[in-house]
Amino acid sequence: MVLLIQYTLLFASVLMLVALGGCYSEHSGVINLGLEGIMVMGALGGALTLKSFNQAYAAGNVSAFVVVIVTILIAILSGMLYSCLLGFASIQFKADQTLVGTAMNMLAAAMATVIVKTINTSENPNNVSTTVAYIDAKKALNRNIGSFQFSWFMLVAVIALILAYVVLYKTKFGLRLMACGEHPQAADSVGISVNKMRWAGVLISGMFGGLGGIVYITAGVSEWKFEVGVAGFGFLALAVMIFGQWKPHIIALAALLFGFFRALSNVYSGFDFLYALGIPSSFYNMMPYIISLLVLAFTSRNSRAPKAEGIPYDKSSR
Amino acid sequence: MKQKKSILANETFQSIAASVLCIVIGMLIGYIVLLVINAKGANEAITTLIKNYFTFSSKKLILKNLGNTLIKTAPLIMCALSVQFCYKAGLFNIGAAGQYVVGAGASLYAALGWHMPWFVCVLFAMCAGGIYGAIVGFLKAFRNVNEVISGIMLNWIGLYLVNMLLSGVKETTSPYTLDLAKENTSALMPTLGMEKFFSNNTHVTIAIPLAVIIAIVIWVIQKKTVFGYELRATGINKQGARYAGMKENTNIILTLVIGGALAGTGAAFQFLTGYEQWTTTMSSVPAMGFNGIAATFLGGLHPVGTVFASYFIQHITSGGARLDKNIYPSQISDLISGIIIYLCGFVLFFKYAINLRLQARAEKELRLQRQREENASSADAKEEKGGDK
Repeated sequence: MVLLIQYTLLFASVLMLVALGGCYSEHSGVINLGLEGIMVMGALGGALTLKSFNQAYAAGNVSAFVVVIVTILIAILSGMLYSCLLGFASIQFKADQTLVGTAMNMLAAAMATVIVKTINTSENPNNVSTTVAYIDAKKALNRNIGSFQFSWFMLVAVIALILAYVVLYKTKFGLRLMACGEHPQAADSVGISVNKMRWAGVLISGMFGGLGGIVYITAGVSEWKFEVGVAGFGFLALAVMIFGQWKPHIIALAALLFGFFRALSNVYSGFDFLYALGIPSSFYNMMPYIISLLVLAFTSRNSRAPKAEGIPYDKSSR
Repeated sequence: MKQKKSILANETFQSIAASVLCIVIGMLIGYIVLLVINAKGANEAITTLIKNYFTFSSKKLILKNLGNTLIKTAPLIMCALSVQFCYKAGLFNIGAAGQYVVGAGASLYAALGWHMPWFVCVLFAMCAGGIYGAIVGFLKAFRNVNEVISGIMLNWIGLYLVNMLLSGVKETTSPYTLDLAKENTSALMPTLGMEKFFSNNTHVTIAIPLAVIIAIVIWVIQKKTVFGYELRATGINKQGARYAGMKENTNIILTLVIGGALAGTGAAFQFLTGYEQWTTTMSSVPAMGFNGIAATFLGGLHPVGTVFASYFIQHITSGGARLDKNIYPSQISDLISGIIIYLCGFVLFFKYAINLRLQARAEKELRLQRQREENASSADAKEEKGGDK
């Protein structure tokens, strides 16, 4: 039971972070389908940082605090850098956002595999795997409370949630950002730079996407095979965002629900009555997608999606 | 002057030039990555990647491996056609990956579970993909759900569904589905003697010529039929098409049914050759559908173009697998395809920019010409006046 709660909270943190990232980007008017790829890059940056801390942390040369902060920063930075690809193509060059997002997902998976393989083979010519191990350094991320393993990332996710709510609804920046996603022409006419706001939205989504990536790959395991990417979590986060109607507080609830299903697929065999039902884990994995599809089918008529999302801003079409 | 204008403004020329440019830049970046990984072997590696099966010395091996590349090109062509067909009607069929997946599930289950002959299996795949596409179309037409979002959701639902379904017909000790060649040879697609040309590569089947023929059929439908015209009109201007009396909702659903059927058939073309087995523990949607998106855009959004683009993508992917694994990761070719499809995002912008410049230049010419004529006529008038004096 404790394990189920722990996994639910961990997966919910991942989904919340990434979905909030997507939320910023979509509110600024850019659909970020590349979240999956951004997560992979964030995970890669974070994992390599953790790996480099392995020895130092085991020997007690660095404090847990430093490990956590540096890992988070590097993951954020990797995600932001990678999200520039989206900003550059879709804001600067008005490229098709769906196409660019898809390309970014393909590119990230390939790039991460190539980078990890290169590092692995340079360390040991016979090691052609795509695995990054961070067993020792990972211990810095958790703190045991009884049998419950508290991860610092859960705290980070809660902070991100409160921040998102305040920033989007209570600050000048947030309101301007949302104006660019609803009616960019109107925003422009009162002197808001639409392109700048969209860049901000994309970069923030890169930040949270990267962070979500490292949280995901450190949830439960202490090494990661990069050839599997992040196994569709970026897309699941998109579902969370839509289920959450682009509003931070509903996104939090959606993340908990979807996180619960994901956790269930991991640990269901530990429950006697669930195990006896004989439902394969694929079924639990499938549930979040089915639910969000049904929700979409019944709510899309009056969808709360930002009105101008996906449409490149063209000054002359005012 | 007319000659010069026609070549730069020519739609086909622009598309081909753009695709070639994307390929060249993509290859260049790939080469730089190879240089960074290991500068010594980079030249050899990039030539291996480009030469693919030509690296073999004997003609027999070359033909056999050409066959292997072609086998995987056929399903890619089908996925690309699925994306292309929908894109022309204004729909981004990211769900092609899922339609491919359910096609694989249906055809393999029909073949292994029910021991059906191959053409029934293909039909199953076609219907499964079509129904799956219809869901997206229905949601889009009647419930206003964006086809990209529902497509993504359905991709994952399909993956888990098919994993569950095919767990019933897998080998007991491995996660792979049963071997078609042992279990049900009637489900293998016929080779029509083609294997002799490809040095007894029995996986070379009629799937390959069929895919090319279907591409041409799609082209004809889009160019020459009323139906194709309506779909394209809906894609260019939805409101306009509705105003002209076209049934917009029916067209949306029909487009996605056909798109889905194409992708589903692609899966049959892949798995009914016996070249590959389905892995029931797969944790991410197969890349085939997404590569289809790449092939579509690289092919300049033209059915016949996608055939060449599909071949190219498969060619470098197979070439990548031939690199020395202890020095270079084979995913380098995925990296190159990724870069190429990213660059394709810029193509529309550049086409637009080129056309804008051409237009501006033409206008300038026109204005100059007019001015010259005016000058000439006013000069004439002056002369005439002068003559009067």
